[in-house]
Amino acid sequence: MQVATGKSILNGIAIGPLRIYRKVEAQTCQTSSLTPAQEWERFETARVSAGEQLARLYEKALEEVGEDNAAIFEIHQMMLEDEDYLDAVRSIIETQGATAEYAASVTGENFSAAFAAMEDEYMRARAADVKDISRRVVNVLTGQEDGSSQDDQPVILVADDLTPSETVQLDKSKLLGFITRYGSSNSHTAILARTMNIPALIGVDFDESWDGQLAVLDGYNHCVYIDPAQELLSAMTEKRQSDLKQEALLQSLKKKANVTLDGREIKVYANIGSGGDVGLVLQNDAQGIGLFRSEFLYLDSQDFPSEDYQFAVYKRVAETMAGKRVIIRTLDIGADKQAAYFGLDREENPALGYRAIRICLTRKDIFKTQLRAILRASAFGAISVMFPMVISLREVRDAKEILEECKNELRAQGTAIGDLEIGIMIETPAAVMIADELAEEVDFFSLGTNDLTQYTLAIDRQNPRLDTFYDAHHPAVLRMIQHTVEAGHRHGCWVGLCGELGADQTLTETFLRMGLDELSVSPSAILPLRKKIRSLDLSRTEPAGRKSES
Amino acid sequence: MKQFQYVITDPMGVHARPAGLLVKAAKTVDSTLTIAKANGKSAAATKLMAVMGLGIKQGETVTVTVEGGNEEANTAAMEKFFQDNL
Repeated sequence: MQVATGKSILNGIAIGPLRIYRKVEAQTCQTSSLTPAQEWERFETARVSAGEQLARLYEKALEEVGEDNAAIFEIHQMMLEDEDYLDAVRSIIETQGATAEYAASVTGENFSAAFAAMEDEYMRARAADVKDISRRVVNVLTGQEDGSSQDDQPVILVADDLTPSETVQLDKSKLLGFITRYGSSNSHTAILARTMNIPALIGVDFDESWDGQLAVLDGYNHCVYIDPAQELLSAMTEKRQSDLKQEALLQSLKKKANVTLDGREIKVYANIGSGGDVGLVLQNDAQGIGLFRSEFLYLDSQDFPSEDYQFAVYKRVAETMAGKRVIIRTLDIGADKQAAYFGLDREENPALGYRAIRICLTRKDIFKTQLRAILRASAFGAISVMFPMVISLREVRDAKEILEECKNELRAQGTAIGDLEIGIMIETPAAVMIADELAEEVDFFSLGTNDLTQYTLAIDRQNPRLDTFYDAHHPAVLRMIQHTVEAGHRHGCWVGLCGELGADQTLTETFLRMGLDELSVSPSAILPLRKKIRSLDLSRTEPAGRKSES
Repeated sequence: MKQFQYVITDPMGVHARPAGLLVKAAKTVDSTLTIAKANGKSAAATKLMAVMGLGIKQGETVTVTVEGGNEEANTAAMEKFFQDNL
């Protein structure tokens, strides 16, 4: 047995024979016996037929991997019409008396090298696209078949690199997984692999002797076993079977209500940390966004992000979620989240220091910029605003007053604003104790269990030496949650939970019994949590262990 | 000549797809469109590889110059295009 490592594109396992994919490299002749005008004519004819191939590929990809992923073939068609690219080809033909295929191939290399030298990882990955289109034209010119012949039996494909068009052309029923020597996790090929749900490893140093050998591609552990030992093979086969079962089950959960066997319903929302995560939210079929951490906008910037910039980001998320609730938490900076341009002083005790709503209420200018952006975006979807780190009634009233001020300013300008729910994070023991009063002021609560645990147990989350004392299931924390739910409901406030505890399945039943209305978890935890909810039956007696805690 | 500035909000920056849309849009107007980064690098908006080659990221400010043709209408159309797509 031999083991090779690489970088995994998709968590999954593939078992089958390896097949080394050999590209048919066209033999190109450099010097032409034709006139430059004739060579250019040849190039143009080939370019048109390459364009037609791409149009067909686009149709195939559209069906198999959807519009977003098929778009790359439209881009390829446009690349083939790029003025700079065509000028370069023409110039090589004219000045060097070169053949069309030589000119196309050299131009492809040159443009691809320019992309490969770029700083941005995504753009570097585009180098393969430029090579891909040039190779396509060369193949037409030299009469090569498009793509390579595939085996009759399903295989794990091994190649130096696969272009997006090669990836799409492969017959998926014969493809178990693929392994490449080059490529990046950002390449379109990697993206296609994820979309098609095919385990893939990149950056693997393989050799010719692998061809035809039985192998296990283990995407979880970023490695491939060639000629695997019997024990490993049976363990992996078992894992693969359980993956398939899990996958089928999770897919079957999509679009189903989150309701327990005895009919109790709870909302499952997603926590996100950037606008780009919205795709994951939709993919996992969340009912809304329970926590949009707006601080990433500030942490990723060199200076305070402008109102227009924030508005555009919030608007896009609201539109993409298409009427589903999006809860934007206002700036929660300070403590472990710092941005230099805020000019915050070093503190002895940052977790108990100048952070979150405390900054917002004293730096009204920063706060108002964000609130105005949120209010403007509220016209484009179901946006709610949520204030973090609240300890007093006065803070909530002050924040609401500033919000009202912003609303009036925008209305005076004739700017549209939507209906906006107002909520607060319950993450301090103080807020729990006065939850009855706070509930009168807002539409909803969301329990931030990470901070609530830290403040209740007086344990610094950042200190690894305290790990043995830290108990996320401490009865004090669970009673705080219970108290908050009851107080909220007494005053017509719905209550959710957006801390890490939400994804802890050993507590799901407890949370449902407490009466929580919503759980917000990271996108990858959504489907497993929904499965758990649908398996519970609250009409049955409570498990003995839980009773003593609550 | 008219100009406007725009801050890119797309998390991926001006990647292949929006660059393709931009080139398509730029080819439909009768003005010459140039897109420039803060560092002075610029590209004709009708050239796909040159636009992608700028490597414009989220949060970057770009200056779009509209020259010749119906500058008024084309500037408005391009501003809307940037807001909708980038």
